[in-house]
Amino acid sequence: MNRQHAAWLFLAPALLVLGVFFLLPVIAALALSLTDYDLYTLADIRNLRFVALGNYWALLQRPLFWSALGHTVYFVAVGVPLSMAASLGAALLLNSPLARAKPFFRTALFAPVVTTVVAVAVIWRYLFNTKYGMANFVLGHLGIHPIDWLGDPHWAMPTIIAFAVWKNFGYNMIIFLAGLQAIPLDLYEAARIDGASPWRQFRHITLPMLAPTMLMVAILTVSGYFQLFAEPYVMTEGGPLQSTTSVLYLMYEEGFKWWNLGSASAVAFLLFIIMFAVTALMLRFSRRGGES
Amino acid sequence: MRRSLVLAGVVLCAALSSACGRTPAAEQPLTFWTFGREGEAIVKVLPDFERAHPDIHVRVQQLPLTAAHQKLLTAFAGGSTPDMTQLGNTWLPEMVALHALQPLQARVDRSTVIEPDDYFASIWATNVIDGTLYGVPWYVDTRLLFYRKDLLKAAGFDAPPGDWAEWRRMLAALSDPRRHTYGILLPTNEYEQLMSLALQQPDPLLRDGGRYGNFRSAGFKRALTFYVDTFRLHEAPAITNVEAGNPWLEFGRGVYAFYLSGPWNIGEFRSRLPPARQDDWATAPLPGPEGSGAAVAGGSSLVIFRNSPHQQAAWTLIEYLSQPAVQQRFYDLLGDMPPRRASWAGGTLRDDPKARAFRDQLERVKPTPPVPEWERIANEMQLVAAQAVAGQLTIDQAATEIDRRTDLILEKRRWVLDHPQPSAEGGR
Repeated sequence: MNRQHAAWLFLAPALLVLGVFFLLPVIAALALSLTDYDLYTLADIRNLRFVALGNYWALLQRPLFWSALGHTVYFVAVGVPLSMAASLGAALLLNSPLARAKPFFRTALFAPVVTTVVAVAVIWRYLFNTKYGMANFVLGHLGIHPIDWLGDPHWAMPTIIAFAVWKNFGYNMIIFLAGLQAIPLDLYEAARIDGASPWRQFRHITLPMLAPTMLMVAILTVSGYFQLFAEPYVMTEGGPLQSTTSVLYLMYEEGFKWWNLGSASAVAFLLFIIMFAVTALMLRFSRRGGES
Repeated sequence: MRRSLVLAGVVLCAALSSACGRTPAAEQPLTFWTFGREGEAIVKVLPDFERAHPDIHVRVQQLPLTAAHQKLLTAFAGGSTPDMTQLGNTWLPEMVALHALQPLQARVDRSTVIEPDDYFASIWATNVIDGTLYGVPWYVDTRLLFYRKDLLKAAGFDAPPGDWAEWRRMLAALSDPRRHTYGILLPTNEYEQLMSLALQQPDPLLRDGGRYGNFRSAGFKRALTFYVDTFRLHEAPAITNVEAGNPWLEFGRGVYAFYLSGPWNIGEFRSRLPPARQDDWATAPLPGPEGSGAAVAGGSSLVIFRNSPHQQAAWTLIEYLSQPAVQQRFYDLLGDMPPRRASWAGGTLRDDPKARAFRDQLERVKPTPPVPEWERIANEMQLVAAQAVAGQLTIDQAATEIDRRTDLILEKRRWVLDHPQPSAEGGR
């Protein structure tokens, strides 16, 4: 048995698992997206028809798909920078030599990540209740009229974004913290001796040194945020007026509410293509930035 | 190697013995799915049933209404359907298309409890698909008018409207946009109101056996015109039920004089309006284009799944829940209106003035088209109607657009109907 065979043998279990539980379903879904699998097919498989790219074409003509895509892009465009800023801010605070009780705060800030979305969503729905919610109570003291956070089509998405940012920033915070701790302290020392202000230290040492971490966090967060589903599912059910219907939520409704699995698979692949393109662009952009 | 063989043998034996040693069907619980509030009420009724039938143990599973539909389909796809379920009569055609339900006509013929003639005819008809009976109505639901008696009287009307022309006069008299009062609340994201008006027309909503939309018919256009005019004349605000917020309170304040809704709102108005206001509101049958009109035949039925091993036990429970005395108790617990005339003849229902309009209306209800796609079609109909309300489409354009979307949705159904499979009945 030569080395190459041995290597394949060691890889085999992992490849097998990947093949059966990942590759095969993906291929099946791709095949499904080229058919019109629906309720009638569920009743009798002979009602299955091959429609080629018909599902994709129909989706691109549906206003609901475009509005769902719009909501998702809104969520990503606002949510990702906010989430990363919150993560970086929290990491800087925790990394500061002035910070006390670091383990406690690290755990406390990480706690939202490990709680279940459903349980937390119940509490947030109380916080943002129009009549009894804490949010409006505080605004009331500032003399601001109550806002129907989850019932008003204009406010529902910002509320969902706030929820998602709060729920997820702890994870990236830990990554940023590790990145910050990897920056050699003598760089800061040299800068201090040269008389650099804290802002300039941050701008010219922390940010450049964190760039690789930033890129990874950005890609992970963007691809995670594109898959917005659980938050609107438990908080607003896609409403009000479909203002929080994301692409994935549309796929869920198409697939499991109306049981149009063919069309739902097409949504999944369209989302995959979009996410792939965005991630590739980000990588390219950062590479060019790195070269210059 | 030998050891693993022995082990495999042990596992196999264990699997076999558990399969063979299955407890007899009668001792297994009868699983019964309920949706929403019905689940809470049924557990109060069941102890009496289980006392009368000690050999049947019922296990109720309560599903939230919002998850019920996908749960049913997923259960069917996974082969894990319950023995019986409550099923909204717009979902029944879907389950029938899947060949999931057991035909019940033979059992009804033998039954001494369930008399089809005692049921409201249209409600019973929603359970008959292509000539076969698949369910027994459990409770009914229709939409009609809640109105403010005092406001109507102040405007010079002593009785609720008898036809559309009179209704229009009342709406005009009771609306004053400057004071933010409107004749009626018609949330633009609910399809039931427009659908009720459309069902009053002689033209069916779908044509050629549910193959194409029939929304360009003169009847539907008349209904859509009446609906859209109500907004154009500022007799209803063009808002959704999200923006409407608390319609009960506003109805109590006189913001709306009419409210087109269903039986559960009797309970809502009784609990939400102050005692002093209780004599000021009443219910009335839905007025039609000429004289008293039809309304939608809604509600839920009880059905048995085809692959249930407890058909007889399930039927025993259906018969129990169909007894007038039990249905009256159900109304007292929940406000769900019974589908049998005999159940209306006694109990609190008989003398309830607010329920009387429903009793009257139920003799004149019409089912929605019995196609699995109906809910999607109704959703699309309302989306287009809302555009017409916003002034983006004329009546003719809207009718054409609804037909176009409906025909797209029904494309698969047409294909299936035109390509009958030889033994479709034998499917899953």
